[in-house]
Amino acid sequence: MTTSLELAERLRAKFPALISAPAEFRGEITLEVSDPEAIPEVCAFAKRELGFDYLVDITSVDHCGEDPRFTLAYHLYGYGHLCPLRLKLRLSEEKSELPTVTGVWRAADWHEREIYDMMGLRFRGHPDLRRILMWEGYPYFPLRKDFPLSGKPTRLPEVAFTEPAPLDGGPFVTIAGGKDTIAREPRARIPETDALEPRK
Amino acid sequence: MQTTTEIGYNSKVEGDVVVTRLDAALNWCRKNSLWPMPMGLACCAIELMAAGASRFDISRFGAEVMRFSPRQSDVMIVAGTVTYKMALAVKRIYDQMAEPKWVIAMGACASTGGMYRSYAVLQGVDHILPVDVYVAGCPPRPEALLDALIKLQNKVAREPLIATLKKVT
Repeated sequence: MTTSLELAERLRAKFPALISAPAEFRGEITLEVSDPEAIPEVCAFAKRELGFDYLVDITSVDHCGEDPRFTLAYHLYGYGHLCPLRLKLRLSEEKSELPTVTGVWRAADWHEREIYDMMGLRFRGHPDLRRILMWEGYPYFPLRKDFPLSGKPTRLPEVAFTEPAPLDGGPFVTIAGGKDTIAREPRARIPETDALEPRK
Repeated sequence: MQTTTEIGYNSKVEGDVVVTRLDAALNWCRKNSLWPMPMGLACCAIELMAAGASRFDISRFGAEVMRFSPRQSDVMIVAGTVTYKMALAVKRIYDQMAEPKWVIAMGACASTGGMYRSYAVLQGVDHILPVDVYVAGCPPRPEALLDALIKLQNKVAREPLIATLKKVT
């Protein structure tokens, strides 16, 4: 019976310079990969030698204001050993580019397109790097933290357009810990400054 | 030899004639055969399907001919969230429908954007189409859609059809 931790150690033994010590949180193992350029090589080994035949998801996080700005997390799973593993890497805004893993798992195709669409990170070598949710030609990357929730006006004649959404004092934020459902209800407030009191 | 002479009341003629206004007759034909263009975009489309199925049975009101063919449709039922990516496709399909045509905005999203105050969602399909009836609800029950259809029928029945036709020609 193999465990995620054993598999993580085997991966680390193969790439000792690249991979950090496994961090455990609530039974889940996370490895940090220091060089984004090495991710296809690491993933290929994880799939072919360690049996991670299923790429569950690739996610991206925008730490706006920090450097490096972006985090990517690759969620791996193997149907042979039923062990999950998470690989994380940091990517700077200046670079905003990393090699694709579509050569390892074909499932990465749409995950990478979504990250390109929402975060603006480009995957080198991707077979078909188009936007997947917004239309082709949309000029922004809407899940970046510096993009307003209501959106920005755009116009591409005969293709599409957008207008900012009316937020009426929002965004509507719910805050956990209110004493009743009325206090916990989503209301227009700035979470950092308004604390538990709704904005007047 | 007896000859038949009809004086006054002519039963042959009277029995087969209904006196009405041409407007009313044509509108009666139209309103009882509104073919919908089911523009199903989200969960409202499930309720739209329920309205078409046996329990609610939209064919009681002559609107059961749901085919994905805008050129044969009279009323577009926009059922669901209209994203900006879909918006001009919806507009294009509306433009392909032959006159006369009507639009029902079914549910909160199609009417106002609903809970999606977002960069990605059109804040009401009335930004791009002339909507005749709005249906509240998230999603509305099939009864609400049937009510909207009856309201639309009443609206169609009141349309000054001949005057409009004269204006066009």
